[in-house]
Amino acid sequence: MLAFVNFYLLPGLVLGAIYALSATGLSLIYGVMRFAHFAHGDLLALGAYCAFAASTSLGISVWASIPFAAAATIPAALVADALFYAPLRRSLPAVLLISSFGVALMLRALIYFFFGPTPVTFPRPIVPPLVFEGVRIQARHIWIILGAALCAFMLHLILSRTRAGRAMRAMSDDPDLARISGVATAAVIRLTWIIAAVLVAVAGVFLGLDTQLQPVMGFNVLLASFAAAILGGIGRPWGAAFGGVILGLAEECSTYPLVDGAPLLQPTYKSAVAFVVLIATLLLRPQGLFRGMI
Amino acid sequence: MIARADPPALSVSGVTKRFGGFVALDSVSLEVPEGSITGLIGPNGAGKSTLFAIIAGFLPPDRGTIRLRGEDVTAEAPWRLHARGLARTFQIPRLFPRMTVVENLMVAAPNQSGERLPAPWLARERIRREEEALRARALSVLERLNLARHAEAPATALSGGQKKLVELGRALMSGASVILLDEPAAGVNRTLLREIAQIIAALNREEGITFLVIEHDLDLVADLCTRVWCLAEGRVIATGSMGEVRNDPQVAEAYLGMTFDVH
Repeated sequence: MLAFVNFYLLPGLVLGAIYALSATGLSLIYGVMRFAHFAHGDLLALGAYCAFAASTSLGISVWASIPFAAAATIPAALVADALFYAPLRRSLPAVLLISSFGVALMLRALIYFFFGPTPVTFPRPIVPPLVFEGVRIQARHIWIILGAALCAFMLHLILSRTRAGRAMRAMSDDPDLARISGVATAAVIRLTWIIAAVLVAVAGVFLGLDTQLQPVMGFNVLLASFAAAILGGIGRPWGAAFGGVILGLAEECSTYPLVDGAPLLQPTYKSAVAFVVLIATLLLRPQGLFRGMI
Repeated sequence: MIARADPPALSVSGVTKRFGGFVALDSVSLEVPEGSITGLIGPNGAGKSTLFAIIAGFLPPDRGTIRLRGEDVTAEAPWRLHARGLARTFQIPRLFPRMTVVENLMVAAPNQSGERLPAPWLARERIRREEEALRARALSVLERLNLARHAEAPATALSGGQKKLVELGRALMSGASVILLDEPAAGVNRTLLREIAQIIAALNREEGITFLVIEHDLDLVADLCTRVWCLAEGRVIATGSMGEVRNDPQVAEAYLGMTFDVH
């Protein structure tokens, strides 16, 4: 039981927290702008690498480098929107999807250009895990879970308590009606990018902190993020956060040696879990757990 | 001596709209005097809704101009018109389904600084106060529409007629001084209909809001409207009071087969 908690449940929660941060942004973007933002993963990697650059060159802690990550992802998202998405806003969602795929490749090329293909690791001391009654957890994992929960809570406050949040919900309910009701749609779109960029920057730093940084790190979590967003009902940020946690847990627990000490699923196939969840959701409950927009 | 009259709240001149070979509107001109409740009637397919869409900036006309208090606003974007005080409701009410009734109203208020940058958390106190004032205003509008008890209900929980009232409420929240109502009576039960009519009349009388109303319920038009324009096949065929228009032979012909249930 303890082994399950230590090696499956807790890592699953950590991974789930990271997926949740990334999926919430995806879901938010889908809700307000109605397209699948394929560059989200590479935006995540960009944030992670900029935090890495800041923390190594300035000698600051990884936590203190999160604002630097956001300082890179926010302008990247806004510039990509202004140059590549805004002109296509009125075209088909598929066109925007392909355009965001192009942005993804550009961002990844930038990362390769500046940081090279070799994986790097955040400078961090090797510390023994904290032990509570046999439950062993790395301090950084506690911070990741708490940090993600804090982000989710802040997002909830913004969406439910502020005019900006109300305007975002209005746009996700009926964009044309929102526009004619005098909602400042351009400003709401900018704000959506900023929020999503902050969330994904945090996710990038957390993912880098959990494992290591490599240029394809973001692309690797993109599918899981989409699966989480769709599982929770795309366009519903809370659902995406929940879906992210479920998916992280599912991925980690899928390798649990339930029978005869052999893992249920070879760890190599772990990333297939996201596929399975995605396909199962689309087949069984395409609107997602919380009734999303498709 | 010639008195210089104020420009009408809304004037439409020479508006033509074709869809392919079909002429939906053929050089339509009409006026909505300031402070009036003006009716727009005509059989189905007369072009009433197309004209509404053009006035509200949803469709550009092929020819002709729309003036709002004398200013040319032809083909101006709907949200600009909204900011200038022109709002519309829809034949089939359109609300934000996943928001509450009061939120549906709050979102329509103009100049929401919290929607813009700087981010909401920078000026929290000011935004909180604005937010409270806005909610209070939305609640008072709901009070006026007799919907206060539904303020926190999801918009989807309302009946069709109540949704129409919420649309009217949204127009009021925007501070509109000219409101286009697209069939406020359609599909509404008698009791609520009387209530809606009273609300429209009261808003016109007390707040000086100008209304242009598309309506098939000619009794309602006769009750509410001081002046009526009748469209048929894309042209204005008659104008005057409801009594005058009713007796116009062309109108009777356009409505051939329809009976006027008015005594």
